[in-house]
This record gives sequence, C-alpha cells and structure tokens, in this order.
Amino acid sequence: MNEARLRWRTLFLVAYLIFALLPIYWMVNMSFKTNEEILASFSLLPRQFTLANYATIFTDASWYSGYINSLIYVAINMAISIAVALPAAYAFSRYSFLGDKHVFFWLLTNRMTPPAVFLLPFFQLYTTLGLMDTHIAVALAHLVFNVPLAVWILEGFMSGIPREIDETAYIDGYSFPRFFFTIFLPLIKSGVGVAAFFCFMFSWVELLLARTLTSVDAKPIVSVMTRTVSASGMDWAVLAAAGTLTILPGAVVIWFVRHYIAKGFAMGRV
Amino acid sequence: MKPINQKAWWLVLPVVICVAFSAVLPLMTVVNYSVQDIISPERRVFVGTEWFAAVMRDEELHAALWRQLTFSLAVLAVEIPLGIALALSMPARGWQASLVLVLVALSLLIPWNVVGTIWQIYGRADIGLLGAALAWLGVDYSYTGDATDAWITVLAMDVWHWTPLVALLCYAGLRSIPDAYYQAARIDGASRFAVFRYIQLPKLRGVLMIAVLLRFMDSFMIYTEPFVLTGGGPGNATTFLSQYLTQKAVGQFDLGPAAAFSLIYFLIILLLCFILYNWMQRVGTADREGAGHE
Repeated sequence: MNEARLRWRTLFLVAYLIFALLPIYWMVNMSFKTNEEILASFSLLPRQFTLANYATIFTDASWYSGYINSLIYVAINMAISIAVALPAAYAFSRYSFLGDKHVFFWLLTNRMTPPAVFLLPFFQLYTTLGLMDTHIAVALAHLVFNVPLAVWILEGFMSGIPREIDETAYIDGYSFPRFFFTIFLPLIKSGVGVAAFFCFMFSWVELLLARTLTSVDAKPIVSVMTRTVSASGMDWAVLAAAGTLTILPGAVVIWFVRHYIAKGFAMGRV
Repeated sequence: MKPINQKAWWLVLPVVICVAFSAVLPLMTVVNYSVQDIISPERRVFVGTEWFAAVMRDEELHAALWRQLTFSLAVLAVEIPLGIALALSMPARGWQASLVLVLVALSLLIPWNVVGTIWQIYGRADIGLLGAALAWLGVDYSYTGDATDAWITVLAMDVWHWTPLVALLCYAGLRSIPDAYYQAARIDGASRFAVFRYIQLPKLRGVLMIAVLLRFMDSFMIYTEPFVLTGGGPGNATTFLSQYLTQKAVGQFDLGPAAAFSLIYFLIILLLCFILYNWMQRVGTADREGAGHE
C-alpha cells in the first residue's frame, strides 16, 4: 500500500470517527452536568462537574435492576438465536431441499412487520401462556427479528467456505457433529461473532415489545429510562447518564467478539 | 450445484418452529382483526375487505408512503457506499483494528429512544453542539421550525446511527477473503480499483445483500427516533409510515382499520424487498458468469 493512499484512508477514517463520536461525547458531557446547566447554557465541558446522575442510577434498585433484566433476556435470546440458526444456516448453504429458497426468504419477511403491529397479539398470546413479565417472554418475542438475521448472516459466511472441506472431512472419517464443531465452526468464527453481536444489539435496544411484555419483575432498562419523562419536565441529565451506561455492556461484547470479526477465513488453518 | 437432501429440513425445523411461534401466530391474529369491525371484545362484525378499501383510498397515507420511499432510498444511497468505504479504510489488524471496531460500533448500542433524545439536545442552536456549530458557521438551522432541516436531521441521525451496521458487515466480509486472492492480483499487476471491483465487491455480495435489505426494511419501519426528535413535524415533514399507522391505531382505537393498514404496510415492504433481493441476485449471478468468461 503506498503512502498517499494510506494517508487518505486514515483521514477519511478520522473524519468519520469524529462524526460518529461527537453525539456520544455530547451525551457523556450531559451526563456529568446538572439539568440547569444543560438547559441554561452551551459548554464543551461541564462547569459544575457532578456524579449525582450516576449516583441516582446506582443507588436505586429499580434503575440498576433494569440493566440486569435486560442482560438476562438478551443473553437468553442470543443463545437461542445462535443455537437454532447454526444448523439451519448450514442446511441452507450446503443442501437443496423442497422449498429451500422460499423458506429462506420467508424467514426474512418476519422482520418486515413493524413491531407495533405485534403488540396486541403478543400481549394476548403471552397472557394466555402465563409468560407475561418474565425474561423468557421478551427473549422469545425478540426471536422474531434475531433468528432470521442470524440465519442470513451465518448462511452468507458458510457459503464462503468451499464445500470440498466438508467432503474431505467426511472422507477422513469425521462424523457430522465432530466435523461441525472442530473444523467448520472455527472457520466461520467471524460470522458467529458478527451474528452474535447483532443479536445482542437488536435485542438490547428494542423498546416497544420489551416494554409491552414486562411490568415489574423483568422490566428492561430501555423501559425504565422512559421514566425520565414526567410532568415536571425531562430529566435530561439522568437520561444521558443512563444512556452512557447502556453503551458499556455492548462495548464489552464487541470487545470480546472483535477477534472473531477481524480474523476471518484468512487466518483459519485450512 | 448443491446436492439435494430432504433431510436438511430437520436442521431447519427448529428455526421454523421458533419463528412460527413468535411471528406467524401474532400475524394471523392481525389478519383476523383486519376483516372485522370490533366494537367491543364481545361484539364483532365481519366486514370483509372494507377496511382495506378504506385504507387504499386514504390520501394522507399516499403522502406518507412517498415520504417514506424517498427517505428509505436516501438512507440506502448514503449508508451503503459510506459503509463500504468505511470498511475498506478500517485497519485490518493490531490494536488499532480493535479500537476502531469498538468506536465504530458504539452508536448502534444506544437505545433508540435515547438516540432521539440526545439529538434533540445536540441539534439545538442554543445548547447543542451541532446546532451551535452550525449557527457559528452562519447556517440558519432549526430542526423544529424548518421542514427541510428536520428531514435532513432525521437522515443525518439515521446515517450516524446505522452506517456502522453496514460497515461491520462489510468489514467481516472483507476479512474473510483469503490472502491468496490478493497475492494473485498483485502478481497480475491489478489496479486498486480492479481489486475492489473483481475481488472485494463480488466477495461482499452476500453481506451486502443482508446490509441493503436490513437497512431498507428497518428504515421503512423507522419510528422511535423521529418520533422523539421531531414528533413527525414540522407539519408532517417527518411523519413516516409507521408513525402514521400508530397515530391511526392509538388515536382512534380502531383495531380493524389499523390491522388492515399493517397488512398493506407489510405487503409493501415485502414487495419492495422481493424486488431488491431478486435484482441483487441477478446482478450477482451476471457478475459471476462474466468473471467465468474472462
């Protein structure tokens, strides 16, 4: 790679990162201010630096349990999504079967309905099943958009792996499960990393369904946050602090899967 | 060609059961509502296609639909090229790669209602960074007063929020191209553009298809962010389809027409995605055949 191109590339990247990080900087900035300061004046750094907003969240059980509830249902959802999507994606990428193309596209169509449409039916369904206000209810509801996504992403990565690898493994006497877990899965690590991250992300930030299906015991953080809007006006500062804290778990997740995303097929020992 | 194996259905079955439980059952309930006039839970009248006809004639719906189409196409036109460019310029290895990956992904992790709220402050000329910067540059900008400004702000917010999705998918796709391809290109003396056009772009086809379809359908259903930021205004410059749907459903408490609206909405997205999907597949196949002849 020559020097000039590298410089342009870096310049573009830095320009994008500035565009991407400024709103986040503003949120973090707001989270250390008081409400009066946020609304009264423009300042690049908090003049009266305060941790009171964070203290509000960490000392109030209804706030921090929101984070725990969200993490529980997101984890359940991620586990189910990846577990059911892996074999299905393998089937779609390796075999022809009756109706394969139609089923593949049909899966994605389930993402095409605005969540608002599902609110009432979900409410009725989960009330009938006695699952209201449980973590499993939200995790199941979020399967609607995460399972199709995981299947599509994984199928894309699996199709990039030549079929000869499967055949060689079978000739060498590998059983299907052993081949799948010891040879195939390491090859599509990056795909699993991306799929897991997206499942986490979409489930973590979804508000409408999570709010409708929970009331007390499983109330997620996105729903607790809407409390900051009240008759006495917005509590901007606490909302900004809560928003800053919602980024952290996701940042940890992406930190863990970063190697799977960055090291793809090229690093696999084939 | 892939071998035919009907037993592969057993591998797909768990997915079908999961999705059927959490999507098909609720959708059927919506279909059921759409053909009835629900006066109270006990008193329902079958009305056939009456709601569908009423929805189709709705002038405001047509306006919202056009606004939505323009917005979604603008989203694709900006986010897809920007996402590809970003993926190409992200470092491939080392700590820089990890750092950039995390920084790029941050905006995806903010709950949607917070995204709208943050931009609400961020865009204000008196107390927000963006608004203040624009005012300092002498731009007359107000996302609450001017329809164009509001529309551009919603678009900028969407680009800020969702370009990382395209970038991450493309980045992972790029990383899975074997080094041998690049070595071969180097030996052939291929230009940078040729490498992009004949190696990287075809290899990205799978992830790009996902990115385009996802961004299209999700932007077509955009709700929370513009609702929080502009409330659909000024006027109804940023009232997109799902907000119009919610206004109808909640404002009038009318399950039947809202359900009919939902189904038409769903069919529109389905049709457009189907066209996009087939078009992208055809382009991809033509590409591969073209490459085969070279």
